[in-house]
Amino acid sequence: MDFSLSEEQQMLKDSVQRFVRDEYELEARRKLVASDIGYSEANWAKMAELGWLALSLPEEYGGIGGNAVDTMVLMEEFGRGLVVEPYMTSIIIGGGFLMAGGSAAQKTVLLPKLAAGELKLAFAYAERQSRFDLNDVECKAEKSGDGYTITGHKGVVFHAATADKIIVSARTSGGSRDEDGITLFLVDNNCSGLTRRDYPTVDGLRASEVEMDGVTVGADAVLGSVGGGAALMEEVVGLAIAAICAEAVGCMDVLQETTNEYLKTRVQFGVPLSKFQVLQHRMVDMFMECEQARSMCYMVNLKVGDEDPVERAKSVSAAKVQIGNSGRFVGQQSVQLHGGMGMTDELHVGHYFKRLTMIDTMFGNKDHHLKRYADL
Amino acid sequence: MDLAFSDDDLAFREDVRTFVAENLPEDIAESARRGRPISKPDIQRWQRILYDQGWAAPAWPAEYGGTGWDATKRYIFDEVMAEFDTPETIPFGLLMVGPLIYTFGNDAQKARFLPTILTGEEWWCQGYSEPGAGSDLASLQTKAVRDGDNYVVNGTKTWNSSAHIADWVFCLVRTSNEGKQQEGISFLLIDMTTPGIDPKPIISIDGAHHLNMTYYTDVKVPVENRIGEENKGWTYAKFLLGHERISISEVGLSKQRLRRLKTIAAEERSHGESLIEDPTFAGKIAAAEVRLISHEYLNLRLLAEEAAGRPIGAEASLLKIRGTEIRQELTELTIEALGYYTAPFEMEQLSDRWNEPAIGPDYAAAQMPQFLFSRAATIYGGSNEVQRNIIAKMVLGL
Amino acid sequence: MDLEFRDDDLAFQAEVRAFIGANLPLDLQEKVSRGLHLEKDDYVFWQQKLNGQGWFAPHWPEDLGGVKWTPTQHFLFQNEQVEANCPPIMPFGVRMVAPVIFTYGSMEQKQRFLPSILDSTAWWCQGYSEPGAGSDLASLQTKAVRDGDHYVVNGAKTWTTLAQHADWIFCLVRTSSEGKPQEGISFLLIDMTSPGIEVTPIITIDGAHEVNSVFFTDVRVPVENRIGEENKGWTYAKFLLLFERSNSLTGSLKQQLHRLRAVAGQERLGAQSLMADPSFAAKLADYEVQLRTYEFLELRTLGNSQPGAEASYLKIIGTDLQQLASELTLQAVAYYGNPYIRDALVLGYNQPAVGPDYAAPSAPQYFNYRKTAIYAGSNEIQRNILSKAVLGM
Repeated sequence: MDFSLSEEQQMLKDSVQRFVRDEYELEARRKLVASDIGYSEANWAKMAELGWLALSLPEEYGGIGGNAVDTMVLMEEFGRGLVVEPYMTSIIIGGGFLMAGGSAAQKTVLLPKLAAGELKLAFAYAERQSRFDLNDVECKAEKSGDGYTITGHKGVVFHAATADKIIVSARTSGGSRDEDGITLFLVDNNCSGLTRRDYPTVDGLRASEVEMDGVTVGADAVLGSVGGGAALMEEVVGLAIAAICAEAVGCMDVLQETTNEYLKTRVQFGVPLSKFQVLQHRMVDMFMECEQARSMCYMVNLKVGDEDPVERAKSVSAAKVQIGNSGRFVGQQSVQLHGGMGMTDELHVGHYFKRLTMIDTMFGNKDHHLKRYADL
Repeated sequence: MDLAFSDDDLAFREDVRTFVAENLPEDIAESARRGRPISKPDIQRWQRILYDQGWAAPAWPAEYGGTGWDATKRYIFDEVMAEFDTPETIPFGLLMVGPLIYTFGNDAQKARFLPTILTGEEWWCQGYSEPGAGSDLASLQTKAVRDGDNYVVNGTKTWNSSAHIADWVFCLVRTSNEGKQQEGISFLLIDMTTPGIDPKPIISIDGAHHLNMTYYTDVKVPVENRIGEENKGWTYAKFLLGHERISISEVGLSKQRLRRLKTIAAEERSHGESLIEDPTFAGKIAAAEVRLISHEYLNLRLLAEEAAGRPIGAEASLLKIRGTEIRQELTELTIEALGYYTAPFEMEQLSDRWNEPAIGPDYAAAQMPQFLFSRAATIYGGSNEVQRNIIAKMVLGL
Repeated sequence: MDLEFRDDDLAFQAEVRAFIGANLPLDLQEKVSRGLHLEKDDYVFWQQKLNGQGWFAPHWPEDLGGVKWTPTQHFLFQNEQVEANCPPIMPFGVRMVAPVIFTYGSMEQKQRFLPSILDSTAWWCQGYSEPGAGSDLASLQTKAVRDGDHYVVNGAKTWTTLAQHADWIFCLVRTSSEGKPQEGISFLLIDMTSPGIEVTPIITIDGAHEVNSVFFTDVRVPVENRIGEENKGWTYAKFLLLFERSNSLTGSLKQQLHRLRAVAGQERLGAQSLMADPSFAAKLADYEVQLRTYEFLELRTLGNSQPGAEASYLKIIGTDLQQLASELTLQAVAYYGNPYIRDALVLGYNQPAVGPDYAAPSAPQYFNYRKTAIYAGSNEIQRNILSKAVLGM
């Protein structure tokens, strides 16, 4: 048992920290968020150059072959910087799907491009009625000739506007919430029959509503086995949750440190706020939440590759619950302890709070995962 | 970063399992499963079995009779113990005064006291709190005045668990009123049979006699029973509190309680089905379980730090806070699961001599007393408020 | 002890309902019910409607335009309005500065300021907090130095709600540095068009422009605009804070609950509605129980003519519930809390909604409501007040 970082991981951490320090001052981030595409292509190219896009991808396809813990190290620092580049959707999810379910041809063609920063992917799974159930899929794909015709609506598809291809979950058989019968397709973003409505999100990212009306794809667009998409999604979303837990830990640590510092410097009633025991104890509770969240983040990243699917799923759900609870407490209390300043758009506190709030929603909130955990 | 146990560790786990399965007396396991109090002779019986195996003190260095295991092995050992419902370790000797003696005591003290702690022959209790010195422990007033080769001790100690069945007490006493309060305290080991010591029961809200108020009237204590230097007792006590906070994380015990809670919730019925099938109750159990897992991994992280040669500091207070909160949550959920059968209150049911049929389900009787006594957990060992003060000051620099 | 509303209370309730039914335009009602942005005109319109009926300032003395209602009638009146989705009353004039003026102001001040508050032709804002004086309000540093018949005011005020619309600001200023900080404060009414006043927006985390910084540079304020005595402003401010804290929240909490129920009834979880999900239903029920508790706590204190320290616990519990309801609503809309389209919060936004049409305000409202535990004396300060004034600690 060992919870320390390897030398390579420590170097990775240092290098991401430098990147965040150089490129992610709050003002710089604000500009990125307000820009046309909502992030920086230059940053993306830099991530490719530094090998971060290749980090989790297999060596035989131009990747570095890193594990979940390597990704965790990177995502935690991304969380500290509130990085807005589409790393999660393209690399962790997109790359994850290709590795777990891609055909030899798909891997050969797409993975090297992904690693080089020449390809971006998005994942369209949520639907209006689906809530957090990955298997609640009404979007339909019908066999037509050698390929399929896809019709349906996908909601809140992160970074769809800038993706080259969108991975779409669609039903090829079965009833609307059946586990069997879901198939994943790699759909070109600019194909005919696909329309998007793009918008910003409250936490400074971009997302889209994606409407597909008779989108035709070839048989080679199928990712994984026909009808077997559920298991694939479960596996890849597990990886995404492990990664987003690390991002959340980074966010929480910034809030904890900042609030601690604020209490020491903000003077009211002639003394720093840090002299009030009631605020000290609140701060300790925040610190405890951060430490618990970090513990669960390590746990899930060490277990997300577990061969036993039940153990893996339990680890993923337990971590997501803890991250949701801790993120809520740390976010809310950071705003509260900063008083009016915590309410301002000007200070970074609110931006971290918003991100943490939305991280809870991503891939199922704490209620969803608590229930899943109890049912497993 | 790596969670996997080595082959060696896995083999070790099998060894421990086999040993416990073969050697844990069934009557003791049964009492533990039902949550009955385990008697002193039973605890001593089990401690002797472990001692004969060389496993009496997993955390002690080998040179003092410990196992010399690393953090991983100790963790595995605790897990297996909890798995088999072995009796809870009584902390005062093995976890508290033992480490203090081998760290700060002289050779004569080590030779005199460590062996009987290991075997369980001598039973210890703690003499810290006083009626006027609770959270503010350093204000303690029990006086020890030097008289030739003895100290003469006068004063009152309170909340002494097991003092009525203890052979020895380790005591903080005031040997000086000069300087800061903390600077006039010494650490004495006192034979409970010394004339002038008088423990009186304090019955706690669970109706049981765990606690005592102990009066000291002209109690003569040989100077050789002082640990370390005179007036340096506070340093030793702080060291010990750190140890206590770690042992108090109680991961294994909480797992045991969680298992019991699930068993009970599976037996109890609600709306025609098992209570554990009720989504709201199942959600509560799951929430507690998630908290316990987070706590466990925090514990493991700190143990790994310690194993890497970085001693745990005030972070140990985190373990105390969360460990005791989780313990209380689990006991509370257990009585919630029981419903009406938390109400019958017949202390005799908890005795292993009770041979009437149980009132209600047989697991019911022990739960309410456990719930009630668990309220003490956030108060003792430095209340959770004091722990938060410690973290605020030592870790967060507030 | 008696829980029933009397017949005349019920008749009153019916009268209020009928009035609202006849006077509240549907589009305004829709804005409020959907949580969309309200313009200044929206507030003014409704306040003037109420004033036409003689109901805008019911808690004022009768000779000044108030109504002789029982506490129960006040309670019913407030709650009927909220339940019917009337725009909220802007408190700064009618509920905050007006009671100070009619309690401590001179005859001239009453004649000069109360009528325009009553007919909503003057919009007020509050100049209390400063960058260095938040919870510790008494440490405020904005200086007013006497110069003949004027004070010359210099300093900065912050968190000034809707100052961008205001004609007047009531301000706490320092007129003396002697003695305790509380003893050197005066209460001034300042014309927002005075030269030297500059209002700059503060954008909050929900993206809204609700609060401002107000800078004062050599602003000349006639001495006749001072309320009461010089250096006694703290007394008047404390009086006002009590009024601010004693706003009834029951109605708006019920409104939030209605909205939450409607959302949960439409959101789906598997084959059923979210509302039918046992876990979510249990959360909602738990919320409702807390709301009922709050309502009865509020009703119990209704009879007290002067709001006292109980205003502090009503503020704590009420704002906790406001925050909780907004959080549950955000949870209910799941992924559709993410999209953030500012214009979607304006009535008449002519694009189709992203996701369900009730989703857009949920995240901004959740973020915005974090302020409730901070403003008007943070909930930590309220607890300090309770421990000192009620528990004697």
